[in-house]
Amino acid sequence: MLQQLGQLPMGWLLIALIAVFGSAAFFMGRVRAERLLVATTARMHSRPNYHGYYVAMWGTIPVVLVAFAYAIFAEDMTRSQLSRELPSSFAQLSPAELQSYLESVRMAAGTAASASADRVFLAITNRYLELRGFLNAATLVLLGLLAAAGIFFAQRRLKPAFRARAFVENGMQLVLFLCAGVAIATTAGIVLSLLWESLQFFRVVSAWDFLTGTRWNAQTEAEFGALPLFFGTFMIALIAMLVAAPIGLFSAIFLSEYASPKARAWIKPILEILAGIPTVVYGFFALLVVAPGIRSGSIWINETLIRLGLASEPVLAAQPTSALAAGLVMGIMVIPFVSSLSDDVINAVPQTLRDAAYALGATKSETVKQVVVPAALPGIIAALLLAVSRAIGETMIVVMAAGKSARISMDPTSDLTTITVQIVSLMTGETGFDDPKTLSAFALGLVLFIVTLAFNVVALRVVKKYREKYD
Amino acid sequence: MDTTQGTPAMIDDTLVLPRTTDGAPRIDCRNIKVFYGEVQAIHDVSMSFPDRAVTALIGPSGCGKSTFLRCLNRMNDTIEKCRVEGEILMDGENINDADVDPVLLRSRVGMVFQKPNPFPKSIYDNIAYGPRIHGLANGREDLDAIVEKSLRRAGLWDEVKDRLTAPGTSLSGGQQQRLCIARAIAVQPEVILMDEPCSALDPIATARIEELIDELRNRYCIVIVTHSMQQAARVSQRTAFFHLGNLIELGDTNQIFTNPREKRTEDYITGRFG
Amino acid sequence: MTDTARSSTPSVAAAKHLKRRRAADGRFRYYGLGAILLALGALAVLVLTIGSQAFSAATYHVVRYDITLDPAVIAPEGANRAEDISRNVEGFYGLVRDNLLETFPEADVDRLSRREVSDFITRLAVLPTARMVAKNPELVGGPITLTAPLNDDLDLYLKGQGVRERKIKAGAIETVQAEDGGTFRVSGASAFDGVLAGLAVAGVDRAADAAQMDVLLMAGSSTGRLTDIQPGSARMELLTGRSQDFVNARPTARIIISAESERTISDRQIAWVHALKEMGRIDRVPRWTLLTNSDSTYPELAGGLSAIVGSLLTMLITAMVAMPIGILAAVYLEEFAPRNRVTEFIEVNINNLAAVPSIVFGLLGAALYINFLGMPRSAPLVGGLVLALMTFPVVIIASRAALMAVPPSVRAGALAVGASPMQTVFHHVVPLAAPGILTGAILGMARALGETAPLLLIGMVAFVGDVPTGPTDESTVMPVLIFSWSNNAERAWEPLTSAMIVILLAFLLVMNGLVVFLRRKYERRW
Repeated sequence: MLQQLGQLPMGWLLIALIAVFGSAAFFMGRVRAERLLVATTARMHSRPNYHGYYVAMWGTIPVVLVAFAYAIFAEDMTRSQLSRELPSSFAQLSPAELQSYLESVRMAAGTAASASADRVFLAITNRYLELRGFLNAATLVLLGLLAAAGIFFAQRRLKPAFRARAFVENGMQLVLFLCAGVAIATTAGIVLSLLWESLQFFRVVSAWDFLTGTRWNAQTEAEFGALPLFFGTFMIALIAMLVAAPIGLFSAIFLSEYASPKARAWIKPILEILAGIPTVVYGFFALLVVAPGIRSGSIWINETLIRLGLASEPVLAAQPTSALAAGLVMGIMVIPFVSSLSDDVINAVPQTLRDAAYALGATKSETVKQVVVPAALPGIIAALLLAVSRAIGETMIVVMAAGKSARISMDPTSDLTTITVQIVSLMTGETGFDDPKTLSAFALGLVLFIVTLAFNVVALRVVKKYREKYD
Repeated sequence: MDTTQGTPAMIDDTLVLPRTTDGAPRIDCRNIKVFYGEVQAIHDVSMSFPDRAVTALIGPSGCGKSTFLRCLNRMNDTIEKCRVEGEILMDGENINDADVDPVLLRSRVGMVFQKPNPFPKSIYDNIAYGPRIHGLANGREDLDAIVEKSLRRAGLWDEVKDRLTAPGTSLSGGQQQRLCIARAIAVQPEVILMDEPCSALDPIATARIEELIDELRNRYCIVIVTHSMQQAARVSQRTAFFHLGNLIELGDTNQIFTNPREKRTEDYITGRFG
Repeated sequence: MTDTARSSTPSVAAAKHLKRRRAADGRFRYYGLGAILLALGALAVLVLTIGSQAFSAATYHVVRYDITLDPAVIAPEGANRAEDISRNVEGFYGLVRDNLLETFPEADVDRLSRREVSDFITRLAVLPTARMVAKNPELVGGPITLTAPLNDDLDLYLKGQGVRERKIKAGAIETVQAEDGGTFRVSGASAFDGVLAGLAVAGVDRAADAAQMDVLLMAGSSTGRLTDIQPGSARMELLTGRSQDFVNARPTARIIISAESERTISDRQIAWVHALKEMGRIDRVPRWTLLTNSDSTYPELAGGLSAIVGSLLTMLITAMVAMPIGILAAVYLEEFAPRNRVTEFIEVNINNLAAVPSIVFGLLGAALYINFLGMPRSAPLVGGLVLALMTFPVVIIASRAALMAVPPSVRAGALAVGASPMQTVFHHVVPLAAPGILTGAILGMARALGETAPLLLIGMVAFVGDVPTGPTDESTVMPVLIFSWSNNAERAWEPLTSAMIVILLAFLLVMNGLVVFLRRKYERRW
């Protein structure tokens, strides 16, 4: 009996129960309110529906809270009780081994017919189901009582003068506020998780060594000097900006100052397609087309230089994945970030300034170069900052096309690695959260978060100032 | 300085001829028509602008006076759908000819706008901008001289000489507008167009600008669009009344305001519409 | 100074500069045009390379095998239940291999050659047929036509990729004489002039060693390899078929430019694949398996179904979390929030969250959901929650813009008839802003659909062979599948990856199309 209860699909059941309790409570409240409406000569403060909502709130909110608690704690409670009851032979298992054993118990308990021949395992599985069944039954009973008590309490409060609507609306407003508060919770979650895991890491490796060390070999040697990663990130972002800044800026100037409205209506959305293409597609493009092209190009340069006698050995590294390939493609990706925002700020420059320049006899390009762009400069700088922040945080292109060698090399055709590449390669291994390798990924993430945050904050400030100036 | 007497005088280093209300025409417009797409904004206007005099264009909102003004330095070129027909002769040359470069034309016909629009640069750079792009100054000293002269003529020198590096936008509204006038003067134009130059200013700043216009007319042919009939009466020697894109009446300012020939002019200046 | 001097001086000076200035003006315009063309060109190159690759992967070659379902092999005693039959891959595969060896008896000599011929089909390619037979047991014992995809390397070869070759029509062959050592001498007046010329050209063109190139001579379904080529005759080693086929024939010569040691397919395999094609047993068909199969280690069997379903499940979770939270938060901030520090702090947070690199959300997901809350790795539930945290700031920003666009007069009107602020907002303002809110939400979802990096960190990169059935099953998503496939070494994965990209882009295109449609239909200017 308990074992069968242990196999209940609690997730669906809880959702269904909440729905049932909620609608039942709503109708009970509404019916009662309607009766009051008939019975009384006084004016009802709120419509019957609001009384219904009020009762439904009391009928469901405690239930939802308990259901959440169940979802979070049920598995842990069952497991800790189960491990206390385990035979002594299990004492020698490490915590990780124990957890994976219990995980297989959970999996076996989930399927109806467990064909395992291991009697101990079977017994443990059955015990797991019993414990779970007890917990499930207790939870369901508790939920029923809570819902009943809530509905009973709420029903008693319904009176003609009762301000059900105000109550419901205040509750609603609280829900709205909590939704907005998720933004703070998310930021806090990011900061706390990054900080927490990073602090664990800095217990093993000093923060100073991490930030200034020049040898990064996290996978094999446990060397955690992140400077080469910072260098690689900087180098690739620089290449990307060398591509994106001129192209993006000139595109924005052309679109806002030269293109006819019709051409603009076509070109602008097409440029924005570049921002909508998933980065993994850019990564594939870099891997498939750009990196081999750069490799053969740099081999050709090497050979030509040697043939001309200008060099005695290959000058460029000409590796199959390279900083240049990743940077170029990333530059293409970032173009719309530069052009779109620059276009906005250039358009925000008042026409009277352009008129003034024309009236003095300035040509169009002089007007743009000497009046419009300087006037829009803060906004353009903000656009560039946002683009840099994008480039620094970009992951897939560099994972696929930049390489994995942590080195400091000025040769753009050599492969470099970045912060994001290392985070991915450290986190996709099979290591646990107690391993310094995994923890170092969080330390890198913390650096990444701080740097991009700084760029964003400055950029958003500048944009805000700029908007105020011309609004 | 009052220059209404009939003898030549020297102002700064320039010979100033006595003002006449019927001086030689600086600009001669013949059969000007302006279209915005399909809509005709100006109907067959012919008039001329005498040198060293202020001509005021008056009329109710939307009567086409600003559009007409912008024909005189081809500012309408910058508006996509705008099309101008007819001849505008300057020194016997039609400025609407294809081989006339609007850039060059605008260095001869300066313009001051409704709202003061200094560049977001220093006061000095605002003035020096025109001479720089046209290559009018030989070296820094020459440029300094042009800036000082222009600011002096615009009556702004004493107020800003100690802070030429301050941004142009830091000045008050009236000062900004005088800065814009100085900026226009710095290119040494022959004609200055003013599009409601005082509409964004308070009465004191307006009075200051009006004085300035009165001084400037000794050197330039000035065309001013204004909403205020009092202003037209105060600063101009000739007045043209526009209505619905037509030139209704043109004449000496005194005559227009005291003895208009047309009924519509009279209605307008007596405040029956507009 | 005279009047004329005053007015003409500046103009003359200005005119001197004018030519230079006009030239600079024109150049500047071309810089702008050039920048636009560069950006559009990059987009075009990207679309064209991926599109053409995907186009080649949109079809593939399948081979038909006429086999008899021998009950002793397919359903032997003790293993003839339906599920036994559907698992009997080895049995079906054996029948197919026997069929190939029957067709090409010359392959049935040693292990190596048997391997070469059995390379034509992957073991697992018989699975659909096995399942079909298991469902229809009455087929056992009878003949059946089994259709299976051709090995990926041969498929690429038939599509003209992978192996470089030159096709030349040879002159008429007059005699074929057997020689010692099993070879033949094929002769015909200047039969091989063209071949020799072709070899010379290929040698110069490709800077390759002509001696390394193999020349295959094909007549009907027979193929021989040529050596000692003279203008009038050559020695031929018969690879498949009969030597008589060449007599009085005008065979086709194929100069295989890559040396045999440098390619993944042998001369014999080339001979056999052409023989099969000649027999009409190979068809080029649309590759529906890309949508109906799940991932596989064999490119000819791999498809994106499990990833597509995984993506849909993940998006479902994201939508269920991010949309309500995002919209309600936007309503609060735009309609109810007091102007105070808390509100300001929330707004700063939202703006910054929208610009935090996606990988940081992956770290958050790994630390919070997996490590702290103990949720399962690789599950759409966790992936959806991570993407929801990434998406809801976007939804908030878009929804706020939509709410802001609703004019205050609407609110005033509702309030004036006695609606409470909450009623005003939910009865009047939100419905009017709904199209704008919806488009913002869809755009946020489209961004989440293309996201890869955070999902790698929560383990959605594992190989998933089964279609996930619920949000806690192990799963992967389309962009991650693209990433995994692009890491595979075999060349056949390249077009396949491109095809998967096109499928992903098609999803994105539909979502963006929906946005455009909604905007067109409901756009309203107040």
